Amino acid sequence: MTYESMIAETIKINGYNSNPINAYTARPMGEGPFPGVVLIHHLPGWDETYREFTRKFAHHGYAAISHNLYDRIGYGPSDDVAAKARAEGGVSDDQVVGDTDGAVQWLRSQPWGNGKVGLIGSCSGGRQAFLYACNRDNIDCVVDLWGGRVVQGEDDRPEKQPVQPIDMTADLSCPLLGIFGNDDRAPNVEQVNQHEEQLKIHGKDYEFHRYDGAGHGIWYYYTPLYRVEQAMDSWQKTFNFFEKHLAA
Amino acid sequence: MCTSIVEIVDAEGKGKDGNAWFKLSKAVVCYDHPHHALLAEAITIDFMNSGDGPGTRAAVELSLASAKALKGALNRAIEQAEEELAEISS
Repeated sequence: MTYESMIAETIKINGYNSNPINAYTARPMGEGPFPGVVLIHHLPGWDETYREFTRKFAHHGYAAISHNLYDRIGYGPSDDVAAKARAEGGVSDDQVVGDTDGAVQWLRSQPWGNGKVGLIGSCSGGRQAFLYACNRDNIDCVVDLWGGRVVQGEDDRPEKQPVQPIDMTADLSCPLLGIFGNDDRAPNVEQVNQHEEQLKIHGKDYEFHRYDGAGHGIWYYYTPLYRVEQAMDSWQKTFNFFEKHLAA
Repeated sequence: MCTSIVEIVDAEGKGKDGNAWFKLSKAVVCYDHPHHALLAEAITIDFMNSGDGPGTRAAVELSLASAKALKGALNRAIEQAEEELAEISS
């Protein structure tokens, strides 16, 4: 039997405006080369869920990193930090892009990388992952897990998120995988249809998988949102997608 | 559901965080997926002070039905308080 081990730890990386922010990283022990995955946490914060997801990718042979978009808000239990972030209007899209760029650059500078980096996020992180892929061309593929507000209403253009990501579709720089539940109301089926239509118009490389009997948060096993069959299938589709695009 | 349903109001008073009371500056009411309540979505209410760190918070996560019941109770209590105030001032 092959000996297994991984290293998982918090580190500092350079975020937006060169501000240092915390990140959680995990990778198999050894010299590599390992493909890289950056994870953008969801609206509930930089929490246990995203540490688990980060280690799961390490278990599957990836060097993974999840950076803390709420680092500037303060420290404490993730739900308290997320509540304060919400009270302050969330984080700006510019900051998200800058912080995520820091995580991508950190992965690309490591000696054990294979030169490929994928990006994944769920909930608000799904929107932000797509947004990033439309604003930078330094990742090899992106996964949007039920990201709400890719399509934003006319009355939903806050100062920190002034442009709806769907309007950036022409600039999408890499292949996209989208995972959605047909019972979700944000994004709802019509919004996912609008997004898919724009991807087709601009000739983008994408695959969308839409599940019946599921809504938002399909992978969140600790909530009533969890759907085991759809979760297992979409995890596998995610690993297949990364294997296809991140192999050296 | 990733909603943008967030309402923020100024709040004057005090809230209890663990064993300590803290001065309030705002209340944040939201409808989204909760952290702890086993509900797909919840009305969450956070009482906090903008000048304090994230840990200074009094929070609830309520089902929509419970939130409606709370709203009714608040309205009834406020109506009675205003009647009392009207009697005092007359």
